[in-house]
Amino acid sequence: MASLRRVLADLKVFVRGYTRSKIGLFFSLVFPIILILLFGAIFSGGNGGPIKVYVQNQDGGTASIQFVKLLNNNSTTTVTLVDKAQDLSQYLLAHSADQGVLIPQNFTQDFRNGQLVNVTVFSNPADTSSPIVFETVSAVVSQMNLQGATVLYHAGVLEQNIKSQSYKYIDFLIPGLIGFSVLTSPMFSLVNISSEYKKTKLFKQLSLTPLTKTEWLTSKIIWYVVLGIISFFLMTQIGVALFGAHLDYAFMIIPFLVIGPLFFVSLGMLVGMVSKSVESAAVVGNLITFPMMFLSGTFFPVTQMPMYLQNVAHVLPLFYLIDGLNQVMIFSNLGQALFDLELMIVLSAIAFVFAVALFKWRED
Amino acid sequence: MSAIEVSTLEKSYGQLKAVDGISFSVLKGEVFSLLGPNGAGKTTTIEILEGLRQRDGGQISVLGADPWKKGYQLHRKLGIIPQGFTFFPKATPREAVTYYSTLFGVKNDPDAILRKVILDDASSIYFENLSGGQKQKLGLALALVNNPELLFLDEPTTGLDPQARRNMWDVIRGLEKEGHTIMLTTHYLEEAEVLSDRVAIMNHGRIITDGTPAEIIEKHGSGERLEVRGDEKLADYVREKTGFDVTYHNGFVSVRLRDKRDAVIALSSIDQSGLPWKDLKTRHDSLEDIFVKLVGGSIEEGGTIKKPSDKSEPIARANN
Repeated sequence: MASLRRVLADLKVFVRGYTRSKIGLFFSLVFPIILILLFGAIFSGGNGGPIKVYVQNQDGGTASIQFVKLLNNNSTTTVTLVDKAQDLSQYLLAHSADQGVLIPQNFTQDFRNGQLVNVTVFSNPADTSSPIVFETVSAVVSQMNLQGATVLYHAGVLEQNIKSQSYKYIDFLIPGLIGFSVLTSPMFSLVNISSEYKKTKLFKQLSLTPLTKTEWLTSKIIWYVVLGIISFFLMTQIGVALFGAHLDYAFMIIPFLVIGPLFFVSLGMLVGMVSKSVESAAVVGNLITFPMMFLSGTFFPVTQMPMYLQNVAHVLPLFYLIDGLNQVMIFSNLGQALFDLELMIVLSAIAFVFAVALFKWRED
Repeated sequence: MSAIEVSTLEKSYGQLKAVDGISFSVLKGEVFSLLGPNGAGKTTTIEILEGLRQRDGGQISVLGADPWKKGYQLHRKLGIIPQGFTFFPKATPREAVTYYSTLFGVKNDPDAILRKVILDDASSIYFENLSGGQKQKLGLALALVNNPELLFLDEPTTGLDPQARRNMWDVIRGLEKEGHTIMLTTHYLEEAEVLSDRVAIMNHGRIITDGTPAEIIEKHGSGERLEVRGDEKLADYVREKTGFDVTYHNGFVSVRLRDKRDAVIALSSIDQSGLPWKDLKTRHDSLEDIFVKLVGGSIEEGGTIKKPSDKSEPIARANN
């Protein structure tokens, strides 16, 4: 039977060692703040009112008109219509414009028939407002999809505005960097600890005490959850105070801050356990951590990336954590957040069970 | 009453037979040593007894239980220092003892335990800053936390300087006086001789001989010997001239004496050789002599076997 007394004793020794070594605290608390200050300062310039978006409506049907209306009726974007005869990309170039949206010919028909139809967003990757336009267009599309399902039964809800707030880069950066912190501190630490303890035979020594593997792992998870919550408060406070980030706080944030560390502690443990040496564990750990660090929406929204990279992002567990935080903190879309959370719970359960199973105190 | 019973124990790693059918028993209240060079199979044996490794064959009983199957329960009654004991670098000895006490669910005065292993002067120093000897003492302190019936010490003094080693011996002797049953492994002959009630000499996975140090010397010893410092040539000369059992080891020529007359003959032969020699003495076999005889070499500081021909001391130095 697991004993809380032993978990707490192990937690106490671990936290003491962690806080005394300073390095861990720097990377888990100070480093993400430095990143916020850095990225926040770099991208805090371009926020002069709504972003101008050139829209070419090749369809003209009711759904497309509604789409344009929604895109225009919020404080983030304003729409300038472009004549059907023009080539939109040429037009954007000629007008030195960065943001454009193309609504295809059969939009209304396909939309009403429930067939997949895409609007195309033209953007300049170097422009900081591009991700905001992406997010706004995505939000409009998902709102229309939701309403598309109900329009048959409830006419008149079409005029509802999408969240009338302009998203800024910092709004995406804060949940992204919270995800970054929830990923990196447990991953790097556990990969190192588990391979190192295996090498120095510290695990073997612990196996000679009544402490169990599950108790040991639990105390690590508790610490990284606490650390995640501390870094959540630090980052949101700094983001709001210094850069005026607009963030929603909901109870739904808490399960993400618990499940995230649970997943990455287990994953780090797994990597350390299956690796032959401390060095190879570090390599494998980095191979897993780095793509997640950059491609999961940590430093910029995933929608800004090319499609094939977005596909990559969708297989990275951190994507669902950050998307979940984005849905709660930026879009107040708890339904999507719940989906992300459920997925994370399943992944974490699998990772935890494997970590405990492959975690060997002793040798055969 | 036996604390440990081992019968035809076997363990292989691939092709290598690490432990090759050994049998012995350790009585309650005694200090029992497994003595042998690196790779003899000592640690494998002790780890099997501690429940850290699974055996391939044979029967073992530790305090009446099978350590592999009943390890979790058994560990509450055992105190163990694994080879190369280590701990969390940023924890102090006092914190370590408190941690272990909580894990075992026992109430302890950490300072009293640290005093017992003579580590109370370093109770607040981070583990990473302790000396090798202090680290090993902490290992011993942690092994004592649960007031164990049986202590396993796997090479408790390896890598320590002579002073720290003697210091550790004092601590172990103190534990013996308190009535603890102790099984230790070592490649230091002196350690085995000084600490143990009984010794088993192990090599290539087998126990070559066992008993009290005195019994082993009696059984395998060759009586009195005459020794001088000299080189191998001198040994060859004396052997040829006298027909005696003459050995050369580590800069010493050693002649086995059957009676007093042999001493006179050997000495005159040494003198006649015209070769340089010095430091005349006679002595009885020590455990080390028996070890060299049985294993075919002496053990170096690091635990490896040094064959007699590996390194011969130049006679010039012997003459200085």
